[in-house]
Amino acid sequence: MLELVNVSKRVGNEAHIDDISMRLERGTLNVLLGPTLAGKTTLMRLMAGLERPTSGDVRVDGASVLDVPVQRRNVAMVYQQFINYPSMTVYDNIASPLRLARIDAASIDRRVRRAAELLRLTPFLDRLPLSLSGGQQQRTALARAIVKDAGLVLLDEPLANLDYKLREELREELPKIFAESGAIYVYATTEPSEALLLGGNTATLSQGRLTQFGPTIDVYRRPVDLVTARTFSDPPMNVVHGTKAGHVLELEGGGRIPFPPELADIADAGYLIGFRAHHLSLTPSAPDSVALSARVNVVEITGSESFVHLDYAGQQWVMLAPGIHDFETGRIVDVHLDIHQLIIFDHTGRTVAGHERVAKVG
Amino acid sequence: MTRTWNNRAWFMVFPVLALVAFNAIIPLMTVVNYSVQETFGNNLFFFEGVKWYEEVLASSRFHAALWRQFLFTGTILLIEIPLGVAIALAMPRSGPWVSVCLVLMALPLLIPWNVVGAMWNIMALPDIGLLGHTLRQLGIDYNFTRQPGDAWFTIVLMDVWHWTSLVVLLAYAGLRSIPDAYYQAARIDGASHWSVFRYIQLPKMRRVLTIAVLLRFMDSFMIYTEPFVLTGGGPGNATTFLSIDLVKAALGEFNLGIAAAMSIIYFLMTLLVCWIFYTLMMRGQDQ
Amino acid sequence: MARIDLEHIRHSYLPAATSDADYALKEVHHSWQDGGAYALLGPSGCGKTTLLNIISGLLTPSHGRVLFDGRDVTGLSPEGRNIAQVFQFPVVYDTMTVFQNLAFPLRNRGIGEAEVARRVGETMEMLELTAFAGRRAQRLTADLKQKISLGRGLVRSDVNAILFDEPLTVIDPHMKWQLRSQLKLLHRQFGHTMVYVTHDQTEALTFADTVVVMYEGEIVQIGTPEQLFERPRHTFVGYFIGSPGMNVLPVEVDGATARFGSQSIGLPRAVEIAHDVRTEIGIRPEYVRIGTRGMPLVVTKLEDIGRQKIVRATLEGRAICAILAEGAEVPAHPRASFDPKGINLYADSWRVETEDGR
Repeated sequence: MLELVNVSKRVGNEAHIDDISMRLERGTLNVLLGPTLAGKTTLMRLMAGLERPTSGDVRVDGASVLDVPVQRRNVAMVYQQFINYPSMTVYDNIASPLRLARIDAASIDRRVRRAAELLRLTPFLDRLPLSLSGGQQQRTALARAIVKDAGLVLLDEPLANLDYKLREELREELPKIFAESGAIYVYATTEPSEALLLGGNTATLSQGRLTQFGPTIDVYRRPVDLVTARTFSDPPMNVVHGTKAGHVLELEGGGRIPFPPELADIADAGYLIGFRAHHLSLTPSAPDSVALSARVNVVEITGSESFVHLDYAGQQWVMLAPGIHDFETGRIVDVHLDIHQLIIFDHTGRTVAGHERVAKVG
Repeated sequence: MTRTWNNRAWFMVFPVLALVAFNAIIPLMTVVNYSVQETFGNNLFFFEGVKWYEEVLASSRFHAALWRQFLFTGTILLIEIPLGVAIALAMPRSGPWVSVCLVLMALPLLIPWNVVGAMWNIMALPDIGLLGHTLRQLGIDYNFTRQPGDAWFTIVLMDVWHWTSLVVLLAYAGLRSIPDAYYQAARIDGASHWSVFRYIQLPKMRRVLTIAVLLRFMDSFMIYTEPFVLTGGGPGNATTFLSIDLVKAALGEFNLGIAAAMSIIYFLMTLLVCWIFYTLMMRGQDQ
Repeated sequence: MARIDLEHIRHSYLPAATSDADYALKEVHHSWQDGGAYALLGPSGCGKTTLLNIISGLLTPSHGRVLFDGRDVTGLSPEGRNIAQVFQFPVVYDTMTVFQNLAFPLRNRGIGEAEVARRVGETMEMLELTAFAGRRAQRLTADLKQKISLGRGLVRSDVNAILFDEPLTVIDPHMKWQLRSQLKLLHRQFGHTMVYVTHDQTEALTFADTVVVMYEGEIVQIGTPEQLFERPRHTFVGYFIGSPGMNVLPVEVDGATARFGSQSIGLPRAVEIAHDVRTEIGIRPEYVRIGTRGMPLVVTKLEDIGRQKIVRATLEGRAICAILAEGAEVPAHPRASFDPKGINLYADSWRVETEDGR
């Protein structure tokens, strides 16, 4: 178990990591999700022991490891760039950490072949890394990290430099590979869809702060605040100001919609209303969906779906509609909002109530 | 931000620190010690305070040497930096000629200082030297041992020959680090060669050029061996730069106090000028 | 703005190319309509960047001609062709302000300062860069830098085409949405001919009216996003477009029926296929229906990815993917059926026409 206790990292006056506490259990996959400069890499370096926190403690199985140098911590790291020894074959690359650990040749051979099998590198064991494709080079780097049987494996946007399709394939394989070992996996990414595909747990980071940590799908469905919701939303989360008055929610821009009845017990006040792109639709998705008029900015068509960029009372929204819908810019369309999918934030951005609360409670 | 923290690293550095203490800090402190004392031999020392410093700073001999020193350093910087950049720009960016050029460029740097001095001394000899003889054949009255102008010309030429390569190598490394996309974008934007140099190559070379200027400044400010071998500081005092003057004072005249005070002044001056250069060139630079 | 014709373009990076394998680009013959938004889509090494550089003039093709509005520009440099290009990593002139960056291509062409100020002002307004006009370009974020790169192209009102080489690679997901839609709006408003190279299907499909899919130096399909999705000409297109890609299952065709293991799948119409070709059907996960009727299915994994669920299963011993809507469940004894409109038939990996009148 790896534990961060009130860890902060300051450089000058800047807090790169701001008071983060989290516990990572063995055998789990933990995604660090956040935009560039949110602190993902710094947090990984703190976990690895490549950097010392300004304050706070890093513990492994309850004991502080702040004074244990990185060489003795048994960690493995994979970077965005494909880092291999260029003059060694794939086999020797994978074997290198084991040779450093002075393991006997027979077990090295066994472990290298198993790792190669897992990452589908067996046909390339005698090749040099630079003669391989980007995907194969990164698989080699991954194999080297995995073969070590490290207690902590850190992956810093490992798929970012790969083609879309290769990413898709590796994303599907990685959870299986992770599940085979008992290590703690930490995986940094900027992409919400990647976190969702990987599953496991997700920690959302924003400006050096940990905003939420929990099972991936829970963080996605029940964000604790607007920052988390925005970080974990692709397409971006749609928001609009609204005022609750009894059973009615008056939206900025003139729309009046029924307040979700399951949330009727919250106080009458001004709120920020958030919902995702696929909860807007061109036809009513539920019997009590409400219609709103919005102006079309631009439409993006993916072949099976359309992303309709809308302007509602000055707010930019995205609607994900199944099928092909090519609206002209400036056209006013009626869009239907599923009121049971709303997430309500108070003026500080904390979640007051979300559509999943009901499902969770009863 | 990328600092790696490890206690044991300090033990690794310790031998080097000890070495530095022995060959830099201790001698420097000895010099400081000499510079405030008078000695008449027999290890007898008397405290004199800042007397030597006042004497040095007031002496016209020091002023003359200092002026010559700045003139020399300024001249070679003005020649070597633009020339080095120009050669780096002219070198091929890829292909088999790259390594040939690099080896040719590195050659002068591999030759020891005193050998360079001796080589140029022979070369410049008016009667048998390649350079001296050719110039005389061309009807130029060239004699570096007699005419101060010729002595200067020879020393500057020698330094340029010896050290421009360093600037070339540094500038070339800076140029190589510019991604192709910059050149392509500039072509598309219709930029002239001069604009490409001014707005892409020069800004991207800024760091390495700063290093080149600092290295060449410090090194030429301390120049000793080559002029000593070539001209011995002459004719007269025409090429007596600070180091030569210092050695003359310390060994030639055995004026330890004066020499020590000169060393300290000289050291502080190098430090100050380097600092000014560095701040000027790094100002507004992204860290 | 111009129409761009590529006439029998072939290119090899080797000086003496002989076999087909030596060519990074094998025979491209295609026209780009004036004002069109095109995407070149394919995996790395498929020749898409080579083709883009041939259009921009950074590369001269080994064979063939490039025509802009009928004029042969094969031998012309990029500046001679008057095109703009946005690169993968943002290129800005570090020592200049945002304004000076945008003014640079105009000043290089000797345009008067009053005109420069007007055009740069307009472009900054368009790209929402006005607030940064006086800032040094060096310290801005990647998405702003990329806007500056784009702005240096847009500021020249007479550019023949704007070319993009994976321009969103270093941009955060949120900013990608903004930049993409802004680009699309600009295209709608000003109608530049735009060619966009990417390996990312979402970017290609959302940006372009026409997508050109490339594979191993050749164009495998040119079509609208809808055509590429519904009717991939080659199994590679089916695999490459869509996420997850199309399921491709080996079948034996007998008239209007495709036999897959012990199952029979109806085809829209009977087709004649020689007996020595490999036949497969392609069905996208979106068209695999999971319910209580159809072929028995063994579900191996269910991935909840938020707005939908990906079902990974085996059908007659073959791996297959299906997509379920958010909130939908897999029944206890799941069975799968294929929506007939989503079935494509392939012979030796190329699509066989099964619809009338197409």
